[in-house]
Amino acid sequence: MYTPHTDADREAMLETIGVEAVNDLFQCLPNEDLPDLALPEGITEMEALAELQYISSVNETTQELTSFLGAGAYNHYVPAAVDSLLRRGEFYTAYTPYQPEISQGTLQSIFEYQSLIAALTGMDISNASHYDGATAVAEAVNMALNRFRGRRLKFVLSPRLHPQARETVHTYMKGSDVEIVGEDLDPESDPEELISLIDEDTALVFVQYPDFFGQVYDYTELGEAAHDQGAMFGVHVNPIALGLLKPPSAFDADIVTGEGQPLGVPLSFGGPYLGIFATKKEFVRKMAGRLAGETVDDRGQRGYVLTLSTREQHIRRERATSNICTNQGLIMLASTIFLSLLGKEGLRELAALNYHKAHYAAEQINTIPGYLASPGKTFFNEFVVHCPRPAAEVNEILLQYDILGGYDLSESYPGMENALLMAVTEMIGRSEIEFMIDILAEETNA
Amino acid sequence: MKTPSDLLYTKNDEWVRVKDNVAVIGITDYAQDQLSDVVFVEIVAFEDDELDQGETCAIVESVKAAADVYMPVSGKIIDINETLVDSPELVNEDPFGDAWLVKLELTDPGELDDLMDAEAYKNMERDDH
Amino acid sequence: MPEPTLFDISKANRRGVRYPEPDVPEADFPQDFLREELPLPEISEHEVIRHFTNISQYNHGVDIGFYPLGSCTMKYNPKVNEDVARLPGFAFIHPLQPPETVQGALGLMYELQEWLGEISGFTDVGLQPAAGAHGELTGVLIIRAYHRDRGDEKRTKMLIPDSAHGTNPATSAMSGMEVVELPSDERGNVDLEALESECDDTLAGIMITNPNTLGLFDENIVEACQLVHEAGGLVYGDGANMNALLGTCKPAQTGIDVMHFNLHKTFSTPHGGGGPGSGPVGVVPELADFLPSPVVIRAEKGDEKNAPFYDFHVPEKTIGRVKAFHGHFGMFVRAFTYMISLGKEGLRDVAESAVLNANYLRALIKDSYNIPYDRMCMHEFVVQGEWEDAPDIQALDVSKRMMDFGIHPPTNYFPLIVHEALMIEPTETETKETLDEVAQVMNKIAKEAREEPETLKTAPHQTPFGRLDEVKAAKDLILNTSLPEDYGED
Repeated sequence: MYTPHTDADREAMLETIGVEAVNDLFQCLPNEDLPDLALPEGITEMEALAELQYISSVNETTQELTSFLGAGAYNHYVPAAVDSLLRRGEFYTAYTPYQPEISQGTLQSIFEYQSLIAALTGMDISNASHYDGATAVAEAVNMALNRFRGRRLKFVLSPRLHPQARETVHTYMKGSDVEIVGEDLDPESDPEELISLIDEDTALVFVQYPDFFGQVYDYTELGEAAHDQGAMFGVHVNPIALGLLKPPSAFDADIVTGEGQPLGVPLSFGGPYLGIFATKKEFVRKMAGRLAGETVDDRGQRGYVLTLSTREQHIRRERATSNICTNQGLIMLASTIFLSLLGKEGLRELAALNYHKAHYAAEQINTIPGYLASPGKTFFNEFVVHCPRPAAEVNEILLQYDILGGYDLSESYPGMENALLMAVTEMIGRSEIEFMIDILAEETNA
Repeated sequence: MKTPSDLLYTKNDEWVRVKDNVAVIGITDYAQDQLSDVVFVEIVAFEDDELDQGETCAIVESVKAAADVYMPVSGKIIDINETLVDSPELVNEDPFGDAWLVKLELTDPGELDDLMDAEAYKNMERDDH
Repeated sequence: MPEPTLFDISKANRRGVRYPEPDVPEADFPQDFLREELPLPEISEHEVIRHFTNISQYNHGVDIGFYPLGSCTMKYNPKVNEDVARLPGFAFIHPLQPPETVQGALGLMYELQEWLGEISGFTDVGLQPAAGAHGELTGVLIIRAYHRDRGDEKRTKMLIPDSAHGTNPATSAMSGMEVVELPSDERGNVDLEALESECDDTLAGIMITNPNTLGLFDENIVEACQLVHEAGGLVYGDGANMNALLGTCKPAQTGIDVMHFNLHKTFSTPHGGGGPGSGPVGVVPELADFLPSPVVIRAEKGDEKNAPFYDFHVPEKTIGRVKAFHGHFGMFVRAFTYMISLGKEGLRDVAESAVLNANYLRALIKDSYNIPYDRMCMHEFVVQGEWEDAPDIQALDVSKRMMDFGIHPPTNYFPLIVHEALMIEPTETETKETLDEVAQVMNKIAKEAREEPETLKTAPHQTPFGRLDEVKAAKDLILNTSLPEDYGED
């Protein structure tokens, strides 16, 4: 029971208020009778746990299946220390740190997160996070729109920017007059193809790194082309890849977004995840989302507060840059702890491990007649496999052997019926890769 | 609260100093006091911009509020006060002097008739105080 | 004593976690792309644990003490919910798995949609929005899409009462709406005359929070909704304050067309230091086709021999997706566990106890604080932190002083229509004894305000940190640990 009142409490409280019954407190409601909810009676904790254990047991997990699914959500190991700290009531039962004197735990962890993300992406500053990678991209589009005060309305999005991020951008921009181009290009074309679309009306050019197909490109030329036209340049990242690859600041990115889920957050059927958002210092006031800043208290101690809140909805109301009023709090904390544990060497090691496993898998796939895995491309831990038959069929066969094959690219790219997007993380052993290869060779090539 | 008598004022607490066809604008002592410590000034107008009366030309921010500064009269921007970017506190220290925001060439001097003199500004009724 | 930062405690060659050696041949790295420096701190696992444990102790939380932050519903977060969300069958499933491998998850989402629908009276529910403000954006985009679908493109005017949360106007502006503010009447309700004068053929709708941010049930709600409907507009309900209405009133039956829920307020999922939230949206039948995609349907009903089959469905005229994947599933698991634990009587008990607690605390402090719009409140109420005979004291000083007694302050300076507002929401999980003690503290502070104002002006005194300099933070803009140039280089 989560409500504590005894009958005696209730009576004493009603008397103090000066009414006879609890119902008297609800006289202002327009309905004469309380609704009779068509819902079951409550159950005890042990019954609820049993019920939920049953429901969860119906799902087949990535612990039971061998999963090559990625496409924006990755199966990584989460060190035990992460969840142990997340379960501290001091962290998870607190709210937004409006009162800094008694919220330094949350505020310092935001500040540390901002520091780690800035270091990882090579950017000047990071905010305290957005809802997820897709909404971070949408907020980037929103920021560029505001930066040019609506005078530049064209947005160039790479066809290999996560399809769900692009869909989210379209939804967020429903109330504006922006023009979104680039997505219709051949998804397998080079990023330089986007250059011809950039003009004086372009507000932002956005690419992914590694891109949705897992491939790694040098975006220096594309970034220059955007800047030559006065447009902003945005790069959406996989943060684990940045343990190995040079940061997007190397391409002079103005905005870096990313899906932070790989940084210590369980798959959890798609959420809650973490929207990374970093930018150059000159754009800090155009950026939406929470920010913690360092200061001192009246005793001279170093401390942190939420700052630049004049950008936010509770002050600016309809003139705010965005309506966002939270960050991903606990998920942000998880990634902060994760990065603290891994540190410089750990993240490099993890990135390298992913790289080696994925390249081994791709190499082995290329030995199967009819199969082709990202030939001649630079990729990180994910790659496109061109199959001799529809990817959906390949997946069905693999599932019979308890293997989640990969993402059927035709779901986002019509015409790519035979293409499968496969991710290989540190969670997959060599024998599992080889088993999958055997099945592909023996069962799908018939 | 200072209200220099040689200036013209708006209901939104901007002041205007006119000499020949050139006007200088800023925010009043009352406005800076309401905002308290100013931490940031953004002049959103660019030189050579032609702005209409009522358009936003600057934003003045404290930790608790962000005030838009509107053009008291229409004009072409001929100078902006860059020093405020690094020294926003000037708005609190010298609102009628060093903390001027923009200089403009009047494009419709008749609009000056819409503004208040110091006496009228001092006696203006305010909604919330 | 402030805790050093992660970068302060870092020492070269320490680490908190190791990975196995590769069990596959090592591939060549792409030399052109390798990064040279990686300036991350290097810390052992034990130090990481100590660091975060130490800073956690500078936080106040619901598990520690009273947390009456108005409109945030800081109720107890049941521990079983945390256990359940971490079950492998929920934590280790990929969002793109084939539906036949995740029937438990889809079934849970379907049931959650059904429960939220039954509680609120809405026929259809979409779970995707990530937070309350995100649900608002979804709702306003649905309203916009509805009008456009009917060819009614000139409807862009959104009415918003002056007591509304700042997200309401921000959301409307973000969705391309023109915001018109409506005054409140002398009882704190939407002013019907002002509303009527704005009802024309450009009206897209109104955004109403009910109970409103004064903690009052809007006595004009039914009439207000009727006026908007007659003018061809729709009514958006901000469900932030749903806690008072569980089992007592179905918002859809008062005339609201689309409303977001806050699972992190009403349905006990933890606030997590600012997130993650979850903001599902409920709609009336006319708007079901516009819900964000996907929603979960029961594709096959099932019978004695066969289990039902659940699947994703893209609504016909959907506004599109508002984020990646399907929403904050981990929060769905917690909220669903909470709901089935309480059941229908338990849910009503939540509302009744929340309203009882708010009115009780209000009665205990009403002689010490001015209460504008003084009438029976719902789950929260607003008092003023100012007194004529204490000219220097502001609501903020009262708040800071409350911390000295281990109490988190109420929401400050909101709603904007009340001068020096303190918005107090006790929630249903607090005992009478706690409320008695809080009232004593608040009454004592009201006395101190007159007799020893300096004690308030310089508060807090008992917390590990004193008042922090926000002006310095905004001017200096130190937003991350500044690192030496060569940090992280090998």
